[in-house]
Amino acid sequence: MSPEWQGNISKAFSNRSFVIGLTITVLLALMAALSLVWTPYAVGSFDILGKLKPPSAAHWLGTDHFGRDILSMIMVGSRNSIAVAFVSVVIGAGVGVPLGLWAAARGGMIDEALMRFNDLVFAFPALLSAVMITAVFGPGAINAIIAIGIFNIPVFARVARGAALSLWPREYVLAARASGKGSARITVEHILPNMMNLLVVQGTIQFSLGILAEAGLSYVGLGSQPPMPSWGRMLFEAQTMIGMAPHMALYPGLAIVITVLGLNLLGDGLRDILDPKMRRERS
Amino acid sequence: MLNYVSKRVLIGILTLLAASIVVFIVLEIVPGDPVRLMLGINATEDAVQALQQQMGLDQPLLTRYFSWIGGLLTGDFGKSYTYSVPVLNLITERIAVSLPLALISLFLSTIIAIPVGLFSASRRGTLADSGTMGIAQIGVAIPNFWFALLLVYVFAVSLRLVPAGGFPGWNAGLWAGFKSLILPSIALGLPQAAILARVTRSALLDVLGEDYIRTARAKGLTRRKVLYRHALRNALIPILTILGLQFAFLLAGTIIIENVFYLPGLGRLVFQAITQRDLIVVEGVVMLLVATVILVNLLVDLSYALVDPRLRGRS
Amino acid sequence: MSLLEIKGLKLRIGAFEALKGINLSVKSGEIRALVGESGSGKSMTALSIMQLLPGGAKTQGQILFDGVDLLTTSEADMCRSRGNDIGMVFQEPMTALNPVKTIGEQVAEGIRLHTGASRAAAEEQTRAILDRVGLPTAQFPLSRYPHELSGGQRQRVVIAIACALKPRLLIADEPTTALDVVLQAQILDLLQSLVHEERMGLLLISHDLAVVADVAHSITVLRHGEVMDNGETTQILTEQTHPYTRQLAQASMHVPERTSHHSGQATTNGPLLAIRSLSRTYPGRRKGFFGRDGDFKAVDDVSFDIKPGQSTALVGRSGCGKSTLARMVLALEKPTGGQIHFAGRRIDKLSQEDLRPVRRNMQVVFQDPYGSFNPRHKADRLISEPLFLLDRDIPEAERRDRVHRALERVGIPRTDKDKYPHEFSGGQRQRLAIARAIITEPKLIVADEPVSALDVSIRAQILDLFADLNDRLGVAYLFITHDLAVARAITDTVMVMSDGKIMERGKTEEILRHPQSEAGRALVSASPDLHKALARRIGEQG
Repeated sequence: MSPEWQGNISKAFSNRSFVIGLTITVLLALMAALSLVWTPYAVGSFDILGKLKPPSAAHWLGTDHFGRDILSMIMVGSRNSIAVAFVSVVIGAGVGVPLGLWAAARGGMIDEALMRFNDLVFAFPALLSAVMITAVFGPGAINAIIAIGIFNIPVFARVARGAALSLWPREYVLAARASGKGSARITVEHILPNMMNLLVVQGTIQFSLGILAEAGLSYVGLGSQPPMPSWGRMLFEAQTMIGMAPHMALYPGLAIVITVLGLNLLGDGLRDILDPKMRRERS
Repeated sequence: MLNYVSKRVLIGILTLLAASIVVFIVLEIVPGDPVRLMLGINATEDAVQALQQQMGLDQPLLTRYFSWIGGLLTGDFGKSYTYSVPVLNLITERIAVSLPLALISLFLSTIIAIPVGLFSASRRGTLADSGTMGIAQIGVAIPNFWFALLLVYVFAVSLRLVPAGGFPGWNAGLWAGFKSLILPSIALGLPQAAILARVTRSALLDVLGEDYIRTARAKGLTRRKVLYRHALRNALIPILTILGLQFAFLLAGTIIIENVFYLPGLGRLVFQAITQRDLIVVEGVVMLLVATVILVNLLVDLSYALVDPRLRGRS
Repeated sequence: MSLLEIKGLKLRIGAFEALKGINLSVKSGEIRALVGESGSGKSMTALSIMQLLPGGAKTQGQILFDGVDLLTTSEADMCRSRGNDIGMVFQEPMTALNPVKTIGEQVAEGIRLHTGASRAAAEEQTRAILDRVGLPTAQFPLSRYPHELSGGQRQRVVIAIACALKPRLLIADEPTTALDVVLQAQILDLLQSLVHEERMGLLLISHDLAVVADVAHSITVLRHGEVMDNGETTQILTEQTHPYTRQLAQASMHVPERTSHHSGQATTNGPLLAIRSLSRTYPGRRKGFFGRDGDFKAVDDVSFDIKPGQSTALVGRSGCGKSTLARMVLALEKPTGGQIHFAGRRIDKLSQEDLRPVRRNMQVVFQDPYGSFNPRHKADRLISEPLFLLDRDIPEAERRDRVHRALERVGIPRTDKDKYPHEFSGGQRQRLAIARAIITEPKLIVADEPVSALDVSIRAQILDLFADLNDRLGVAYLFITHDLAVARAITDTVMVMSDGKIMERGKTEEILRHPQSEAGRALVSASPDLHKALARRIGEQG
């Protein structure tokens, strides 16, 4: 373990944002994992007689218009949110980071081409990509993943490129070049490891944005489809019942807010802990 | 100055061109035969052929692309298959709702966020600062369409202060139209304001750590004067960057929010078009929105040059 | 009565005691130097006077300015004093000016703030002061932005801001550290004459005794937040009664002992490094779609030889092309013309793969002991990086042996090889950088300002190490430096570079004593030199 990490761990647990964020995130992950083996009620079980019930001892968060248990649906829905956000971060980082590193290492035309590619992708917010994909292929959770993932690519490419450009003129990179190392090797040994902090923080931010974007897409019907429960879809269904059963809208929304808040706090905390600006050794 | 500006404009045009190719490929080439996709399997051969001809599908690809682009430039977006009216008419009708909504929200979020960011940055580390930023932190996490639902529940369903949704049309009077955009604008603008306030604060704090701030203080300027005269202008670049990115999200948000309030805007148009597989309408709306995002990013790039003399180059 | 009288000033930042009760005074018309190495608390003293300390700093004692204690003065009153009664000049001219405001605005701002002058009147005053600091408005209109000025010019603007209202006390915190020696001499000159004209008091902060010896009337030596020595300049420097003052003075004049000079040793083998008509041209900035600025010749038709074991200095002002030249020698940058021969072989056209045997014999030491190491690797891995250049994979035992040997040679205990860079001090890191450079037992080491970021006492030790390695290993050096003291200390020959060209070259002693070229004379006369300064002072006093 590098000394940086040893120092960081003690610093991490005195950082309030990090601790709260990590707690929320871990609880959420546990809830999603638990839903794989157990939920209070089966999410497929309809109970027309017990529909639109406000929260009670039997149904902690009440039931929806089909009498389904809202807590169980939130639990199962979390899997959907996490999966979509996670895979789109993986797509974004997996494609974007190598692109950014490559552009920074080569410079010139390749760098220029990457910047223009970024401009192009930035012109397509995830919603617009999803609209196009759905118009052609029909709706589905996979659309959301692709649309959000594509939008993540330039984000990671830009972060990786910027960080790499600031690392290349460093004297230790020059020393490595004077030791005959090629740009691929230097990128792996010196550039990438020294930007991991930034990438982890950006990953957290994109993860939370992914949760929000997925909720938005499934709310307008461009994301996961029934019967798979998703938080955005639950809010869509709650909309027509808002007068009769406001709890249907309240809890899935709160689930989104708490999840995103937790991830953002985690990201803020990580940035405070890892930010090279705040741990400048020289001053 | 001309150097930077002309380069940006050129890049904007090229991006737009590339984006149009992407849209064309996804919506006209990937589906194979868009007509069969639009009409479904049960369509009669006659109907298929008629539409194919109308869309010019018998032409070679390049010709189709250029006639499409040529059409867009002259305001001919094609004809909607479901409505049998020119797409341009549909769009202009709907944009009268979407554009005001986006602009009001942008305005709202900016006039809230920048003062809040300044307030917080000037009181760094105080209770007021952490309180404000705590609220902003929560604001960032709130999905705008859920916030919209809550607003509808409180102000329309419970308090009955405003209509829960729908749009009377601008013909019903400016105020009537505006009134139905109030809740949607708040729902869109407030979460955006939270993001922008955080960015403003952190951009200001970054700048306040710079050497030239110390020079200004050594000149005898008070903290407050330094904040307004030296820090704010330098912090504008990151703020403008986020503002530009926000606009893209705001457009997407507009499309989603319109569904909560049953507003007849571009969002409703595009979702109906998707269900009816009216690709021509989808194509027109997407292209318009993409062009708007590119234009806004170009404006942001150009405004950098106004803020930062280093980008203007030697005159 | 003194203009400024600091009595028992203590400063605490968190748990750190930055100042432990210092006393200091500055009279009107007096130049008081405050000298100390990094961490001595000299900048904190300046910020305490200005009351611009970082948050969380706690002060105790008294700072009497004109009899008024600044520590108890309200912030509003301080704002009235700053820039009006007390001006301050900072170290880093590149960042001290607001990039989005014109120099005219920035100078006029203080004038208008304190005098309430009209825009036109303030502008008139701004012109006058800019003219006074050597930026006549005819050449430097008020509408210039900082990025359109060079470092030296920016420092003049900062001085104009500080002196616009003729403050009674001027504080200059390392005002010339970021500048080359010629600019340093000009700026010190300017400060000296401004102070003389207006009878200001000047508190001149520096890390180098040699810099202040020429200009200061009196010196206060600071170390770890305590005053070590204090008195009139000539007396302090000639008597050197305080051991720390003596240590600083000696370090500043230090010349390592070198037993054998290798310069003539291997004449039969021909030169180790032969540079022939080497050039590097950068295309000019694009203007619009068609026009371009003229090309910039960073290195212009340069030729020279370095013999095996010879230690050569390449001196010149910043921007003269010396670093570009070094990078081309190291094959980190491609020349646009000319040839580089190393050990009899032409290397400027070789592929990266063919360069490996060359690189093995040619290593590098950089300026910044903090930036030279990947913070995530341990010393062991860091210094063995060049072993990558060997043709064969060496067994672990041999690698370890080599690491140990290299560490031993630079005087770092073997046990430290498992430490990370941040666990070493600046001087130790520079030793590590040297260990990395010698691990492949190269024939040439290119060192780019290897001691200019170090405190004087550490600098002396590192210079000793370089001299020692030259003696023991017979390695040749190409030293890139703007500091003639470094050249004098450890090189046999000197080349003076200016505007991309080599103006003159010859034996170090001769060139430093009798420079022939204009560039050489400018460098020599501007270089701070404790001996010369003292000789002059004593001569003046008779």
